[in-house]
Amino acid sequence: MRKFKDNMLRGLLWGSAFVSVAVLVIIVGYIFYKGFSYISFDFIFGDYSPTGGGGIFPMIVTTLLTILISLAIATPIGILAAVYLHEYAKQGRLVRMIRFATESLTGIPSIIYGLFGAVFFVAILKLGMSIIAASLTLTIIVLPVIIRTTEEALKTVPATYREGSLALGTTKLQTLIKIILPSAMPGILSGIILSIGRIVGESAAIFLTAGTVAAMPTSIFSSARTLTVHSFLVTQEAGDIGLAAAVGIVLIVIILVLNLSATYISKKLNKADY
Amino acid sequence: MLKKTCYFIGLTILMVVLAACNSKDTSESNSGNEDLITISGSTSVGPLAEKLAEKYEETENVKIEINQIGSSAGITNAIKDVSQIGMSSRDLKQEEIDSGIKELVIAYDGIVVVAHPSNPVKDLTMEQVKQIFTGEITNWKELGGKDLEIVVVSREDGSGSRDAFQEIVGYKSGQLIRNAIVASGNGNIKTTVATNKHAVGFISFEYIDETVSAMDINGVKAEAGNVLDGNYQLSRPFLFVHKEDVPEAATKFMDFILSADGQKIVEAAGAIPLTK
Amino acid sequence: MNIQDKNELEQQISKGNKRKYFLESLSSKVFLACALLSVISLLLIVGFVFYKGSNPFITGGYSFFDFLFGSDWVPSEDKFGIFPMIVASIYATIGALIIGVPIGLLTAIFLAEIAPKSVAKIVSPAIQLLAGIPSVLYGIFGLAIIVPFLQNNFGLARGQSLIAVILVLAIMMLPTIVTVAETAIRAVPKTYREGSLALGVSQIGTIFKVVVPAAKSGIMAAIVLGLGRALGETMAVILVAGNSLIIPTSLTDSVRPLTTNIALEMGYAAGTHQEMLFATGIVLFSFILILNFVLARITAKGAQ
Repeated sequence: MRKFKDNMLRGLLWGSAFVSVAVLVIIVGYIFYKGFSYISFDFIFGDYSPTGGGGIFPMIVTTLLTILISLAIATPIGILAAVYLHEYAKQGRLVRMIRFATESLTGIPSIIYGLFGAVFFVAILKLGMSIIAASLTLTIIVLPVIIRTTEEALKTVPATYREGSLALGTTKLQTLIKIILPSAMPGILSGIILSIGRIVGESAAIFLTAGTVAAMPTSIFSSARTLTVHSFLVTQEAGDIGLAAAVGIVLIVIILVLNLSATYISKKLNKADY
Repeated sequence: MLKKTCYFIGLTILMVVLAACNSKDTSESNSGNEDLITISGSTSVGPLAEKLAEKYEETENVKIEINQIGSSAGITNAIKDVSQIGMSSRDLKQEEIDSGIKELVIAYDGIVVVAHPSNPVKDLTMEQVKQIFTGEITNWKELGGKDLEIVVVSREDGSGSRDAFQEIVGYKSGQLIRNAIVASGNGNIKTTVATNKHAVGFISFEYIDETVSAMDINGVKAEAGNVLDGNYQLSRPFLFVHKEDVPEAATKFMDFILSADGQKIVEAAGAIPLTK
Repeated sequence: MNIQDKNELEQQISKGNKRKYFLESLSSKVFLACALLSVISLLLIVGFVFYKGSNPFITGGYSFFDFLFGSDWVPSEDKFGIFPMIVASIYATIGALIIGVPIGLLTAIFLAEIAPKSVAKIVSPAIQLLAGIPSVLYGIFGLAIIVPFLQNNFGLARGQSLIAVILVLAIMMLPTIVTVAETAIRAVPKTYREGSLALGVSQIGTIFKVVVPAAKSGIMAAIVLGLGRALGETMAVILVAGNSLIIPTSLTDSVRPLTTNIALEMGYAAGTHQEMLFATGIVLFSFILILNFVLARITAKGAQ
């Protein structure tokens, strides 16, 4: 009876994994199937043309810019916040409040971030509809993701590491920089990858803060259109699923490249450690 | 590591501060700089405006920024000086006219009622269109078609296209059949109708292709000529709205649109030029 | 070593210590400031949305009760009732959870515990990659495949329906749930497993009775993140929901969840209409808070 139950659960595990993988393979496969014929050198590196046949290079540049700026701001803040929560703070009211805030921030629909960004960054701080306004909005969006994953990563660092280091007479800060953060690095990196995913995948918030100008941005104060917004607008306005899928392919490749480099970096870091 | 993070934070703060200062600079220089034209508004007018801008930028030394954010938002932007020009695919409302904004008709556009290509019904009267969209007729059988439930597809409340369509057909937003699918763009309506043999929707002339079947209204074909004759009633103007004192570059751009060259681009884009 | 030298040395040491202590206290303050930044952001956003969204009820004379329980949403006729959307949001989220959470969690357990190493090595990064795929692409997939599939194979008049939304959301939250839950399960110390196995518990028994309970907080985090993604998703849902203004009575009805109501009309809305969309945001926001609260309660109870 127990054996039967075990086998059934085992089957369930295999089955679920199979369903997950199959569904995701079908989606990616469909996007490649639909969009592949559009992909060419000119499509990726050509300037956009409203009359059709143009490329998406301006959107690629815009997307990379937003990722760069928002991560440059959110990563250090997020990691330090997580360090505070996990390593420094005494569990109490303040920590509960901060936890509650980050958790709530995760749940806020991106469209509300968009509304907020459109008034706070665009209008009140007078950044205008621009890449920088969108990036700052995105910073708030990914902050909780980085905090959460970094915290989870810090939890995986064995207490013995801390105790060992502290016993040798190092300060808390030294222990943190030399021991804890390096060993939590792979987890932190996976958090950053998740954040890149969120930034690249975001459309509603960017739509309202960066605008939809389909042209090469001249500075971070230009209004511009990211790849995801482009793919949404193409579906919605032109009804061209193939073109939207082609943009999707580019998005997937960008994420793939980022993922691979992140994995590579974390492997290198691990080697340096031991 | 800590040094690095501190450096990061410092840099960030610096950037934000710079951003705040800089943006003031750019917004000030923008208003004085005649080389940038800012346009925002209707998603129906947007593609046409982009094509006009592309051609115009080839010969003139200007940069034209076009944000497609919807008619009402575009008009508001023009009133509040956020954009120099607003685009609208519907007539101005009274309170918008009262704010002292000027309108310029740059082209006309027809709205066409579309259904799935397999649908045998090819001709509707205006009354039938109204009955379909208000839910009085709910099956294609009643219109001489197959025994299929009618699925109405409409644009969202507040869309310039929807406002214009409802006004001409003669029903109010509140009368729209409750279970109508609401799609947020011309392309979205087209794909929905093209993949559903129950569906009926309305799109701008520019979007007509073989994936959907265009309905005649009162026996009149949905064609540019019939719109100009006044025989095809489902039409509306494409508007540029602006304050009296727009920068010279913007005025020049509008002059270009009204010129023979500009109107040729309008026609090539599938919209209806002012004169033929 | 004479006395003078000794004094100097002591001074140097205490100087070095001072610097160390100063750095120590400074750094902890910087960390605290970073942590507080999320609180500040939250306060700003909440304050802003509530300020805008409560305006029609405070100064405009609209009834909040009618707003919550009215079933007519006709902004051009000054009718703002969001009851159908509340119902739609709840149904869609619960539906997506029912499908997405078990599959996602089981997949995570599979990858962390029983998958052959070679399989896990390929599948885990692949799923991590999929967590980054823009939700818009899921929407496009839903519009191009799921919607016509429902129409052609189940004879629905409208493929854009509650069930289409549920499927798209469930698929969308899978990678998030799998990735986060897998990390949490892998983080459970090896000794737990060894201990349980040594007591003669089977591998499956160990997984479900020891490992999973130990990873509970991470798993809850996974669910909360997935839930946030489902409840907050906008652009993908717009494409497959149909956005009809009816109270759904079956899985095949077209629906308009709260998020799509905001996104659909924000571009056009002005004045009271816009403020009502902010009010819709308040409702959405309250849902998130309630859910977070409930989940926190569940974890707290489980821990006892």
